[in-house]
Amino acid sequence: MQDIENFQSSTRAWLEENCPVSMRTAMVQEEVVWGGRNAEFQNPDSEIWLERMAEKGWTCPTWPAEYGGGGLSKEEAIVLSRELARINARPAITSFGISMLGPVLLEYGSHEQKAEHIPKIIRGEIRWCQGYSEPGSGSDLASLKTKAELFGDTYTLNGSKVWTSYADKADWIFCLVRTDFEVPKHAGISFILFDMASEGVSTKPIQLISGQSPFCETFFDDVKVPAANLVGRLNDGWTIAKRLLQHERTMISSFGLASGQSDRGGTTSTVASVEGAAMHYRGDTEKLSDPVLRDQIAQFKIDSAAFASTSQRSIEESKQGQGPNATSSMLKNYGCELNKRRYELLLQAMGSQSLGWEGEGFEADELQVTREWLRSKANSIEGGTSEVQLNVIAKRVLGLPDILSMSKK
Amino acid sequence: MALVLSEDQQLLKDSAKNFCEQSAPVSVLRSLRDSGDKDGFSRDVWNQMVELGWAGMAVPEAYGGFDFGYGGLGVVLEETGKTLVSSPLIATVLLSATAINELGSEEQKQEFLPRIVAGELLFSLAIDEHTTHAPSRIETTAVKSDSGYVLDGKKTFVLDAHVADKLIVVARTSGSRDSENGISLFIVDAKSEGVNISRTSMVDCRNAGNIEFNKVQLSELALLGSCDEAFAGLNKTLDIARIGIAAEMLGSIQQVFDLILDFLKQREQFGVLIGSFQGLQHRAATMYSEIELCKSSVRAALSALDNQESSESEIAELASIAKSKLSEVFFLVSNEGVQMHGGIGMTDEFDIGFYIKRARVAQQFLGDSVFHRDRYATLNGF
Repeated sequence: MQDIENFQSSTRAWLEENCPVSMRTAMVQEEVVWGGRNAEFQNPDSEIWLERMAEKGWTCPTWPAEYGGGGLSKEEAIVLSRELARINARPAITSFGISMLGPVLLEYGSHEQKAEHIPKIIRGEIRWCQGYSEPGSGSDLASLKTKAELFGDTYTLNGSKVWTSYADKADWIFCLVRTDFEVPKHAGISFILFDMASEGVSTKPIQLISGQSPFCETFFDDVKVPAANLVGRLNDGWTIAKRLLQHERTMISSFGLASGQSDRGGTTSTVASVEGAAMHYRGDTEKLSDPVLRDQIAQFKIDSAAFASTSQRSIEESKQGQGPNATSSMLKNYGCELNKRRYELLLQAMGSQSLGWEGEGFEADELQVTREWLRSKANSIEGGTSEVQLNVIAKRVLGLPDILSMSKK
Repeated sequence: MALVLSEDQQLLKDSAKNFCEQSAPVSVLRSLRDSGDKDGFSRDVWNQMVELGWAGMAVPEAYGGFDFGYGGLGVVLEETGKTLVSSPLIATVLLSATAINELGSEEQKQEFLPRIVAGELLFSLAIDEHTTHAPSRIETTAVKSDSGYVLDGKKTFVLDAHVADKLIVVARTSGSRDSENGISLFIVDAKSEGVNISRTSMVDCRNAGNIEFNKVQLSELALLGSCDEAFAGLNKTLDIARIGIAAEMLGSIQQVFDLILDFLKQREQFGVLIGSFQGLQHRAATMYSEIELCKSSVRAALSALDNQESSESEIAELASIAKSKLSEVFFLVSNEGVQMHGGIGMTDEFDIGFYIKRARVAQQFLGDSVFHRDRYATLNGF
């Protein structure tokens, strides 16, 4: 108890001294730091902030100090996150290396792989992307066909991936490949890492309904990858793939909602909260004049609050357990559906001002809402569709029988 | 905020679960109903609950209680909700002991709380006057007289009315019908002249009744809390009770969901277990998710009640979150419970009917989802 109090006071003092003032404001989209070889720092303070946090290993507070992590206990990490929240500190970095690859590399990687990659993830030196979905393999991910053939001590990769987030900006990829075509689909998959600068790798951004292009098609044409880059055992990649998906779902479920914020956040404008927007556009001062919308917003906010308590409870419970498990599917599904509800309500709240595409007649943050509303539709598709999450809950949490195995009998 | 149970709370929960399964299963409620029991609850079961300390769970030690907090009372209520225990735990303990503890003078606490803890007195809180909950819509009047007050009016949906020894009555001492000012509480002997109690037979087989007060003479000492200004204390009492009812609903909801899962895993149609159908799996998974949110809402609210630093407005908000969420999900799960069981869900022989009946009463009691969403919106300034 004494130790944790000491930790809290020293953490508070350190943050007071080291967190630049401009990093204690709500994040703006353009200033998000992704790191990598071609890292961009729109705000010079964010580079300083990343360096200082990385130096302490606090970009990855609970990862082992041996590889440059913070080496904190879960209790200490909770204290750190509270202290960061207390001063409204921005995340020093947003990184798939931290939220997805790192945890499974620590669990399944060799010492050499950890020593090579973990420190660079912690310091934000390498930006990672995720090679999972393929044109023919969406919800049925395990049917993937990208092929890796071993010649000597090198794999040759051929195939393509789709929906690769920021593949055009990433330095390395963690990738699912088929290493055995003769066995049932789950048993012939391996998990491999390689440099996106390798010869034969090409990417092509996909334009979305929101007008933005965060995702790419990624092509592999005789890409050579050292056999040492295979993580875990050959043909046992599906185990790692599923574990990583749990981390991904936990990450997606936390987008803005797990912290208890039913607001959009990141802005002090009139469209920051749904109820604020609804009242603003109607000219209401004391009470929202549309009783139906008022009831729907209250229901949304109540569900958001209950969801935030549930995220918090799952963190408290995992103190005793082993990190994310099948309940990550519940959080992912619920969080994404809530986020979609938020944007539909925001559109209702703003009326025709929420429907501008570009140009005159709309404020910048109004136009942003339009784009964010469209973007939110992907929440319940990426990282496993809502329907897949419900399947996982039914099977893994509730223990309901699998129709596929029953009908094969 | 502690969202997981402490070791002590877990032990209490296990023992409460054991007691309810062994001594107060749904069959007890069924036989109370079938025999047309005049009390509407088993005195034998209630005496054992008192022995276990449940009547004094959240009562301070200074008044003979066990100071185990609302978190403790909450886990007991959750377990009684699983087997639908009909007992004075709601009216006497959750509502009335809380009202006395929140509003009473030192003398009143000394006089009544130890006797509630010992199971010697049964209480009831008479508030509602209309078909929907509206805590400030009070037309029952208490008019100042030479010797005290004269009480006139009507109350409805009063839990345990016909078995109560004492009634806590919400009355208007000044102000207009919906005003929060001018509301006062009185402790009235149920056998006083001019008190006319009629038991109502409710769908959930629990005790409720209507009461008429006809020129009931009250002494000055009957006043609970300050004259005209009891609304804040009443509101806090109601919020604690709303959270307690949400905890009870949580138990019932989980029980129905367990019945559903059991059925999905053993009922065969078309040559396979019906639990393998995706149409049912997704509905089950959706219920599971909603129930997880219910658990968190109840735990968050209970832990706020036991935290000295919680403000009244935080408690009010958490109470409305819990009561609206649990009411909504109990509605969902009880309906799905009947539907997924098919024909057997419609039979009286199967227990699920008791739960859908209880669901509607619990939803209505102390404000339904709509009431609490409206209140939440008001509390949040929109």
